Amino acid sequence: MMFDASILLSALLNGLTTGAVYALIALGLTLIYGVLHIINFAHGASLMMALYGVYALKERWGIDPYVALPVMVPAMFVLGYVMQRVVINRASHGKDENILLVTLGLSIVMENLALLFFKSDTRTIDTAYTLTTVAIGPESAQVMVSLPKLVAFAGALVVSALLILILQRTDLGRAIRAVAKEKQGARLMGIDVEHVYAMCFGLGLACLGAAACFLLPAYYVNPQVGNGFVLVAFTVVVLGGMGSFAGALLGGLLIGVVESFGGLFLGESLGQVGIFVIFIGVLLLRPEGLFGAKT
Amino acid sequence: MTTRRHFMSQTAAAASVMSFPLIAGAQAKTVKVGVLHPVTGALAYSGQQCRMGALMAIEDINKAGGIKSLGGAKIEAMLGDAQSSPQAGTAEIEKMNEAGVSAVVGAFASAICLATTQAAAKYNLPHVVDVGVADQIVERGLKNTFRFGPGYKKCAEVAVANLHVLNTAAGKPARSVMIIHEESLFGTGTANLLSKELPGYGYDVKEVIKHANPTRDFNNIALRIKQVNPDIVIPANYYNEYALLVRTMQQQKITPKAIYSVLGGAASSYKFVKEFPEAANGIIDCNHWFNPRDKRSLELKKRVEAQGQFFSYEVFMTYTAMTLLADAIERAKSTDRAAIIDALNKSTFSNHIMPYGTTQFVNGQNMGAQPLMTQVVKGDIKVIVPRDYREVEPIFPLNA
Amino acid sequence: MTQVRKDFFSILLFVCLVAVVPLLTQSGVVLNFVMMALFACLIAQAWNVLGGFGGQFSFGHALFFGTGAYFQAIAQLSWGWNPWLALPAAMLMAALVGAWVGALSFRYGLKGSYFALVTLAFAEVFRIVSLSVPFTGAGVGLMLPLKESIGNMQFGSRSGFVWLILGLVALALCVTAYLRNSRFGAYLQAVRDNEDAARAVGVNPFHVKTWATVLSGGLMGSAGAFYVQVFQYIDPGIGFGSHTSVEALVGAIVGGMGTLWGPVLGAVALHVLADLTRNLFGQMPGINMIIYGTVLIVIVMFLPRGIAGLASYTPKSWRRNG
Repeated sequence: MMFDASILLSALLNGLTTGAVYALIALGLTLIYGVLHIINFAHGASLMMALYGVYALKERWGIDPYVALPVMVPAMFVLGYVMQRVVINRASHGKDENILLVTLGLSIVMENLALLFFKSDTRTIDTAYTLTTVAIGPESAQVMVSLPKLVAFAGALVVSALLILILQRTDLGRAIRAVAKEKQGARLMGIDVEHVYAMCFGLGLACLGAAACFLLPAYYVNPQVGNGFVLVAFTVVVLGGMGSFAGALLGGLLIGVVESFGGLFLGESLGQVGIFVIFIGVLLLRPEGLFGAKT
Repeated sequence: MTTRRHFMSQTAAAASVMSFPLIAGAQAKTVKVGVLHPVTGALAYSGQQCRMGALMAIEDINKAGGIKSLGGAKIEAMLGDAQSSPQAGTAEIEKMNEAGVSAVVGAFASAICLATTQAAAKYNLPHVVDVGVADQIVERGLKNTFRFGPGYKKCAEVAVANLHVLNTAAGKPARSVMIIHEESLFGTGTANLLSKELPGYGYDVKEVIKHANPTRDFNNIALRIKQVNPDIVIPANYYNEYALLVRTMQQQKITPKAIYSVLGGAASSYKFVKEFPEAANGIIDCNHWFNPRDKRSLELKKRVEAQGQFFSYEVFMTYTAMTLLADAIERAKSTDRAAIIDALNKSTFSNHIMPYGTTQFVNGQNMGAQPLMTQVVKGDIKVIVPRDYREVEPIFPLNA
Repeated sequence: MTQVRKDFFSILLFVCLVAVVPLLTQSGVVLNFVMMALFACLIAQAWNVLGGFGGQFSFGHALFFGTGAYFQAIAQLSWGWNPWLALPAAMLMAALVGAWVGALSFRYGLKGSYFALVTLAFAEVFRIVSLSVPFTGAGVGLMLPLKESIGNMQFGSRSGFVWLILGLVALALCVTAYLRNSRFGAYLQAVRDNEDAARAVGVNPFHVKTWATVLSGGLMGSAGAFYVQVFQYIDPGIGFGSHTSVEALVGAIVGGMGTLWGPVLGAVALHVLADLTRNLFGQMPGINMIIYGTVLIVIVMFLPRGIAGLASYTPKSWRRNG
């Protein structure tokens, strides 16, 4: 099937911008997985809560989503910290399978709390720039890219960079890396492992807070909205390498592009299969992902 | 061994048969009707809208004196949550049956309706299907199943025929068509029917795009539309995807000669029109719609909006399904299930707010059921076809 | 009495007790409840074979469920098979898919979360593909025509279905008892507890784990075939959607993994909970599920080894594990 250059360029840019959002969502997941080794069933529901937060800030107090970043990010951080420290840690007694169930239970509770308070209808926000597009590309193959998505792309780069900085340059980052590598040793060194775990979880959800601010202008929110992103987020985490931020960023972009081209060549429904074929392929052939450490 | 509940329901049934109210002022009892919808889970919004419609209908019927042939017996709703799954729906039917309901109205989604009508059939429990557009629901030979509204076969046929009428009246400006549908039962079924019918009327179906539920981004599909450049874009999907698609088309400045939906999720939705007036403008839909000439529809619309809700199709579909049932109970003069089924079969109910004329059931499908063509004009949704219900002249094509 | 005899005796007792229920009541509510509770037991037990005994947590057990369901439907619709013939064939098909996925995953050394995620991915792939492929009916799904008769595995009254699912649950229980008492089961649990040590004493982990996947898949497939017979409709979402995968693992974990009766206890407990909460606070939908989710968390908090784990708690061990 022959497509002309502008179509291909457009698909590429679409993929990159959509992938940026996947990256933002996966960044938190990869941190949580990389350090706590938890497969967080509640990640999708947490994204949904963040989206409602952004929505409420806009609808109730007229705060623009991008302006809401300094509110959403800390708020989600606190939520994450509390969730891990108070609920997950206490309830699961450290066993993997119990953590699964606890996060599952949390996701059910969160989804239905949202159902109760916001009702089930889909909500969107209207901003001045929702419909703005930016022209990209040479004259012959010019493509109109949606502005919110471009901003999301930039946001993903910034958040990844921040996370990498935090991990490499701060005391917290050092503690996190120590705990991820060797929990018992870290504890012996005097690191409060429970606190570090909770900080990690908090950071992971803070990323979702940022993701929500960038996502809502181009999307919508309802109680089930998180479910649509969970599987893709997992794929990105695995592809990028569990625990690697650069991996999550690049993995997200790559998956976005694969999805985009897959849709173009195989149709939007079947094209989704590309994501999971990659998922399986990576798991079988290179489970540490692009940037993960070989165990 | 019978459980106490079983004993009670038997007693209740016996009591209801014996209490034919021959004297005014005889003790009015209640008629229990099951109201079964997916009010939690993925379909929560639609389920809750349906339930609201059912409860409003019951309120109105009771206010108007209840079932007069049963001495003014009030209708009592037994609410059930189908939890967006056939299993839960079935379990609820069992409960409703044992609680002694005389009939059930529900269950919005086709997949759930398939299961609930079948479960109800075991007990010869009359089941009025409020929305459920899959035609299999009424094609299985179940004697207890009645659908007041049209199925997607009818909707597709009407849509195609009317498209031809509109196109011909405008001088045939449109020839090429692109169908964009969601991947499950209703979307695929509708798209298949359209692809079959349209060429017969001389239309060129350039492409059929199937997309996932949910679809996170429509830019690629929008791109494809731009590339194929069809005269008419035909979406058949649910609210969220429909809204996102149309918004993306607006953003990418894609303006076909018409956006012509068939059972479009947001195409004839007051919510969509209110939230995205520009994107919605001019969209034509072939969908469930009320009779705009009946004042009662507008009153009902006002009441619903006064509660801060949107007057979506789920509301009036279930509302009218309940009034159909009430009419049947009235004529059956009994709460006995077989009698109600018989009354439904013979129903000629015409005192309703839908554009269906006189009811006539054949194999459980109301032959008078039809969708209406609407168009979004000046921020409001108006009926354009058929002429008997026309409110405004159609604008076709949108832009020459 | 040896452990084997004890196990089989308890299975027999269970089967007899449950089999009598349809004779004691014709209540649709009770029979439907028992039927769906047994269904929940079956999928939990199927998961338990691989997850509890094999230590390999699968997040995509719907893969086998959907395979069994679709095979059962397609065999009748496209090839005119009798459903009683289709059922074992559907189980076999699901078992074969299990063999394929298991062999592939274990050949590449996947374990832990990686294995869990790959099963999830496979289930998704099957779901997406079955949405596009004509022989699965694509998005429209497949519908079995209504034709009630015992020969057609469509029972007029729920009793028939209750006995059928009871039979399948009994089969799963026997398989589990086999795992508890056989050499193969010992090998499997050894691999679960310490794969390297097991390999060192001559057990072939790949072989053992793959066979566990086969058994697990086959049992799950039977649940799929059963579902189709009862509800007579299957589509990609119902067949391969994650809801079934989650229900299977939740029942097994809450009940107690790696035990004979754990999955049954867990599945029944959760089913009762779901049923009780379904119409609670009917005026405000959502509260019921919040209660369900909270109870789930609480159960895990206080019963970290599942319900079956209660049996092994003595006051002394409780203090130790606290």
